[in-house]
Order: sequence, then C-alpha cells, then structure tokens
Amino acid sequence: MIMLVILMALVIWQEASPSLQRFGLSFLFSRDWNPVKGNFGALPYVFGTLVSTFLALLLAGPISLGAAVFLAEFAPRRIKSTLSFMVDILAAVPSIIYGLWGVFVLVPLLQYTVEPFLGRHLGFLPFFQGPSYGVGMLAAGIILAIMISPVITAVSREVLEIVPVSQREAMLAMGATRWEVVRVAVLPYAGRGIIGAFTLGLGKAIGETLAVTMVIGNRPDISWSLFAQSHTMTSVLINEFSEAVEPLHRAALIHIALLLFLVTLVINILARLMIYQMGWKKNKWNVSIK
Amino acid sequence: MERFYQIDLRKIWDWLMVGLCALSTFALLAILFCVLGYIALQGISGLSMDFFTKMPVPVGLSGGGAAHAVAGSLVMVGLACILGVPWGVAVGVFLAEYEGSRLGDAVRFTADVLTGMPSITAGIFIYTLVVVEMQSFSALAGGLALSIVIMPVVARNTEEILRLIPRSMREAALALGIPEWRVILHIVLPTAARGIGIGVTLALAGIAGDPVPLFFTALNNHYWSLNITQPMASLPMEIFRYATAPFAAGHKLAWTGSIALIGLVIIPMLAARILMPGYKIRR
Repeated sequence: MIMLVILMALVIWQEASPSLQRFGLSFLFSRDWNPVKGNFGALPYVFGTLVSTFLALLLAGPISLGAAVFLAEFAPRRIKSTLSFMVDILAAVPSIIYGLWGVFVLVPLLQYTVEPFLGRHLGFLPFFQGPSYGVGMLAAGIILAIMISPVITAVSREVLEIVPVSQREAMLAMGATRWEVVRVAVLPYAGRGIIGAFTLGLGKAIGETLAVTMVIGNRPDISWSLFAQSHTMTSVLINEFSEAVEPLHRAALIHIALLLFLVTLVINILARLMIYQMGWKKNKWNVSIK
Repeated sequence: MERFYQIDLRKIWDWLMVGLCALSTFALLAILFCVLGYIALQGISGLSMDFFTKMPVPVGLSGGGAAHAVAGSLVMVGLACILGVPWGVAVGVFLAEYEGSRLGDAVRFTADVLTGMPSITAGIFIYTLVVVEMQSFSALAGGLALSIVIMPVVARNTEEILRLIPRSMREAALALGIPEWRVILHIVLPTAARGIGIGVTLALAGIAGDPVPLFFTALNNHYWSLNITQPMASLPMEIFRYATAPFAAGHKLAWTGSIALIGLVIIPMLAARILMPGYKIRR
C-alpha cells in the first residue's frame, strides 16, 4: 500500500511531464489558459481553490470548534451520543447531495436575499461588490464550510476526549467554572490535535470537487469580490477533462492534478502527525484516533 | 463588593461561552435537518419502483426512472467490492495481528493519509494507468478507482474490529498447536465477520455517492449497459447531469436519486449503531 502512494505520485508525474517541461514553475503564476493556442497557466484555479478554502475555514472554524467543545465537555450524557451520531451522518452525506442542495436552495437564497443585502450595507468593501449571480465564491465557501465542519467537529471531539480527566479535575478543584476548565486545562492540552483536525478539514476542502463545481460558476477570473464567479483546481478538472483532446491540454490538466495530489498529501501527512502526537502523549498507538 | 462583582462576571462569562458552544452544535444540526428535510420534501413523491426499474424517458414526457444508473452503480460498486475488500481486509489483518512493527506503523500511517486524500486523485491515477492504456473509458476502470478509495477505509475498519477480539481466544487456539494462519482464517476472522461486514458496508456506502473518480474512469452512459469494458452510468453521475440540466423532470429524478443515496448511507450507519454499540465510524 505504501507502494501504491509512490506509484500514484510517479504515474501522475509522468503523465504531466509534457506540461511540466513546457511551463515549469511559471505554470503556477500565469493567468493564460487557452487550449486553442496551447498556453496554460493555472493561477486562476489555484487562486479559486485558496480563497474558497480559506473562506470555508473562516466560516466553519468557530462553529465546529464550539460544537466539538460542547459535545466533548458540556453536553448532558443522555443526548451526547445521539448528537455525535448526527454529526457523523452530516459528515457522511455524499457531496453530490450538498451540491444539489446548494444549487436549488443556497444559490437562489444568496442571489435574491443575502448578496443584495450585503452589497447594500457592506458594498464599500471590495469583497461585496458587483452583481449577484448566486453562484460564485461565496456559495462555494458556504457549501465547503457545511461539508468540512462535521469532519472538524468529529475529529476535534475525539481529540478532546483524550485529554485526561485529572487535567479537568485539578482545575475544578481550584474552583474554576466550566468554561475556565476548558480554556485553561483542556484546549491547550489538546491544541495540537485540534490544529490537526483543522488541517484535515483544510485538506478535505481543497480536494472537494463536486459540490464546489456545481455552485462556483466555473469562470477562470480573479476577483476580490466574493460574488464573482470563479473556478477551482478540482472544478476545472471535472469540466474540461473529458473534452481535452490535445495532448498538451490533457497534460496541463494532469499537471493541476499533480499539484493537487502533492498539496493534499503534504497536508494530510501533517494533519495525521499532529493528531497522532496527541495519542502518543497518552499511550503510543493504543488510543484509536481517526 | 469588588470580589462579588468579579465572581458574577466569571459566571456570566461561563454561561455565555457554554451557550455559544451549544448554539454552534445546534446550528450544525439545523443544517443537517435543512438539507435532509428539503430533499425528502422534494424527492419523496417521485420515489417508486419505477425509479429503479424503468429507463429515462425523452424530455417532455412524464414518468420514467433511472434503472440504467442504478444498475451501473451496483456493477461498479460490486467491482470495487471484489477488488478492494479482500485487499483492505488483508491489510487490516496485517495491521492488527502484527502490531508494533515499524512496517505496521508505516502502513497504518499511509492508510490514514490515504483516507484523507480527495477521491479525484484516485480517478486521475486510474485514468492514466487504465483508461489511457485501454484507449476507452470503462466501468472496469471505474471499479478500480473506487476500490482504491475504499481500500484504506476497509483496512482501518478491519483493524479496529480485530483489536476488539480478546487475546485469550487467539492464545487458546495457538496453544492447541494450530498454525497462526489458520488461527487468523478460522478463528479470528469468523469472530469478527459481523464487524468487518459493517465496516465494509459503510465504506461501500461512502463511495456509492461519490461520482468524482468516475468522471475520469467510467464517465457516463445514457443507455442500458452492463458491459464492463464500456462507459457505464451511475447514480451520482446521473444526479449531477440531471441537476445541471434545465429540465424539471430531470430535477425530479435528481431529488429521487438523492433520497436513494441518502438512504444508502444512513441505513448502514444506523445498523452499525444498533448492532455494534461503541463502533467508531471512520472518516
């Protein structure tokens, strides 16, 4: 199986090599994507992926951390496992379903209600300018946030549950309130694991394909406005792959896939290392952390 | 006075933060009910046997189903099962039975990392390896791509289950002089069968709703086909196509398909919860 990862890297690398040789590093910084002329630069897609992912983490972060703390620390025992199970279901719903919901519910909502409202009241910011299409960066960010928050919540909750009870009892014995216990004794102890959980969510957001493709609008523009339609690395692959007949076009697409593969590989390795370290703190490998 | 005031502030702060945490939990769950409730409302009316047994009708006519997509999904998930499950279970057995070795740690780590990798990379990988060689998109490639996605999940699930089996059972069998491979095959695996089965079902349910690897491998097919060397339709691909097409009848089918997919995911999860309390769901 380790061989499988290496093989994957090698095969994708080899298939992308025409584009690698032709464009090299400038692939990352060029905005020109023209299959007819044979010029390819991935900047708009990289930009789209980065911004939508950042937006998703911004939206999902506080909510998932709060939910994880609630589920691990404050929730009454009787409803705790039911609530956790529901979060698990939320994490397991296929992405196509979120995409479908995004297209038919979220996009109209954004187009007719949320975006005009934001434009009217916060229009002086560069993020909230331009016409509202509904589909675009904002919709992608929200859908991604909905998709990654259950993952972050579930993993953070498991990390928080590893924190030894004695850690909490010591604080309680000193007369701390429940929140103070969490802030002083639990969160710092679990810090690395929680960062790991967020990194895992980050990797999922970068690699998330379908739901984003359905709501982001698929236009390779670079704009500061969150209302603008955009494109991501994954959505360009879905949209153009089956139509790419030129060898160079296909190589360029696989070049994007290679970038995606390497980035998510690094992110996932870092995330797992951080989560594993939480386990080592207690007992090497004995605690099953996912 | 000063002291009382401070204590009050701490209590208020405490209530505030606990409240915020509770609020964010319920916000998450509200989203769940929003999504599931909306889909149930939209799709339940179209849910009938027709969806599973009839072919789609031309645009403009009413009725019809997505039998070709249901069949295609079954075939490809079945292929993934045949290719990926034995491999995954074998890796799981290795991880559980030979724990503590350096190689075992490395494999476990790789499996966890692979679980988090986006499925699009598996699709591209199989594309370059199989589709380019065969010169055609095919259901076989689709099954292969899906098997790569489920393999690490099956492996880790199997390992978790095998760890729950008491050590004494293995020791008793070994003490009778049974060789280790027979202990694993005839004692450990049958004992863990139910758990492994649930793990596999969960993994399969996870890929049944994911069309992303199929974009690069099986592609899609608008007609009835069970030939695994040819492109094949699948439920999530058809939902995607219907959802992005501007026909109300297609949207209807997409909603119905979504209900089928959600059922496919939630029912095994509920079963796992009821049959094996304490079972941990991997992600």
